[in-house]
Amino acid sequence: MLKVRNIEAGYGKLRVLRRVSLHVAEGEIVTLIGANGAGKTTLLNTIAGLLPPRGGEIRLNGADITTATPQKIVRAGCSLVPEGRQVFAPLSVEENLILGAHVRRQQEGKRALTEIEHVYDLFPVLRERRTQLAGTLSGGEQQMLAIGRALMARPRLIMLDEPSTGLAPLVVKTIFGIISRLRDEGNTVLLVEQNARAALHIADRGYVIETGRIILQGPAEDLLANRDVQRAYLGHGPANE
Amino acid sequence: MTLELCIQYLLAGITYGSIYAIVAIGFNIIYNTTGIINFAQGEFVMLGAMTAISLQNWLPLPLAVAGAVAVTMLVGALVEICFIRWLDRPSVLRMIIITIGVSILLREAALHIWGDGVYALPYFTGNEVSSISVLGATISPQILWVIGTCAVIVITLNLFFKLTPVGQEMRACAANRTAAILCGIDTRNMVTLSFMLAAGIGALAGCVVSPITSSQYDGGTGLAIKGFTVAVLGGLGNSAAAVFAGLLLGIIEAFSVSVMPLAFQDAIAIAILLVILFVRPYGLFGDREAARLQEF
Repeated sequence: MLKVRNIEAGYGKLRVLRRVSLHVAEGEIVTLIGANGAGKTTLLNTIAGLLPPRGGEIRLNGADITTATPQKIVRAGCSLVPEGRQVFAPLSVEENLILGAHVRRQQEGKRALTEIEHVYDLFPVLRERRTQLAGTLSGGEQQMLAIGRALMARPRLIMLDEPSTGLAPLVVKTIFGIISRLRDEGNTVLLVEQNARAALHIADRGYVIETGRIILQGPAEDLLANRDVQRAYLGHGPANE
Repeated sequence: MTLELCIQYLLAGITYGSIYAIVAIGFNIIYNTTGIINFAQGEFVMLGAMTAISLQNWLPLPLAVAGAVAVTMLVGALVEICFIRWLDRPSVLRMIIITIGVSILLREAALHIWGDGVYALPYFTGNEVSSISVLGATISPQILWVIGTCAVIVITLNLFFKLTPVGQEMRACAANRTAAILCGIDTRNMVTLSFMLAAGIGALAGCVVSPITSSQYDGGTGLAIKGFTVAVLGGLGNSAAAVFAGLLLGIIEAFSVSVMPLAFQDAIAIAILLVILFVRPYGLFGDREAARLQEF
């Protein structure tokens, strides 16, 4: 589904990504873990078209999207849920969701909005708060709204940037439950997380990124069992699990 | 002060206040989508009035006004496309300097086209001397046009932003540009659209006020200062507050005539602007927290 090959990207003189390659196959959850500043967000922003890459190639379903605009990439079926729950704070929950369907609305008209019922089924709390302003929601609800908004575009690949940041443990559990459910419904997910343990538990495969390089990759169970990963990203030894 | 005089001042205040509010709404629309103050907003007002005055030689008044609004919207779009659109992540300061440059450019262009003569559109209904009496005060029918236009603009804009998909997209773009881009919204078109909208509204304001105040190539500057004061007074980006702040400033100015010389009238706006910038830079209705929840 997604193939990233030897991507180079950075800001000004700063080189953030150094020849990063990864791929995501249809129907799997792939997680990218790494420390702060390793380049996780930069990679997602590059794939989403927010940051032009300096080299390499990105293909989505075979089509070259390396230099495509963010609009084209969303239309091609790849949506990013950005870090920090970027909802439209002064707009209502429902308006936020409707805007998520923007690209499909251009093609399908009002029919694009039927997806909203599916999102409400996934996140019942959003249905309850449909008329409320997004800025007044709790952190967890805003994260749900951000995910729901991305789903409104009916993406084939959904990229999540640190969905668990700043949320209470119980809420984190709900969010990760939803992500698993998305995969079960046939979606493909690229998940960036600092909470490596939780991410690896729901993922099929994982990549470890360190200072802009992929240093390790493999099935999620292997990474969970890997000594270096345990020491660097899982905090404790396996005994504490 | 007699009651009649009081009402007379009040109506004059509401008239000018409405105009200030319309100009301030123009500032707000562009501020909301780009985060910049468009210092050429006053020139849009002037351009609208002057174009209508020229068109009126060949066309009936309503068509001349409509034509002037269309022409000014086109100029607004051109300004954005030529000077703003191609910039890659420009700083706010740079954009502000650009809009100041644009305002000088438009003003000088107007001087070349129309010279420095003072013109005015004819009264929309009646003429200079026709008057109607409201609660004992005597006012020109044009004042009702001004107030009515302001009300129609505010209501239409609200419906546009609340109910139409394009309006929602513009609000989304204003609220969070990155998120809007990630929804697949072409935010650059939204910025162009906001310039067109602000230009059109400014032009309409210029047309309805022209019979009362007359128009000249540099007439936009004064209105821009008042409009800017009002926009800041209400809290930048908040158009409902701009209407209230506009009426407030208009009424204060009108009543000031009874206690101080007319020449000081314009100084009041500047004084209020300074006080607001020192004491409550986020405006009467803004507060630091709500600033992030701002609406049109």
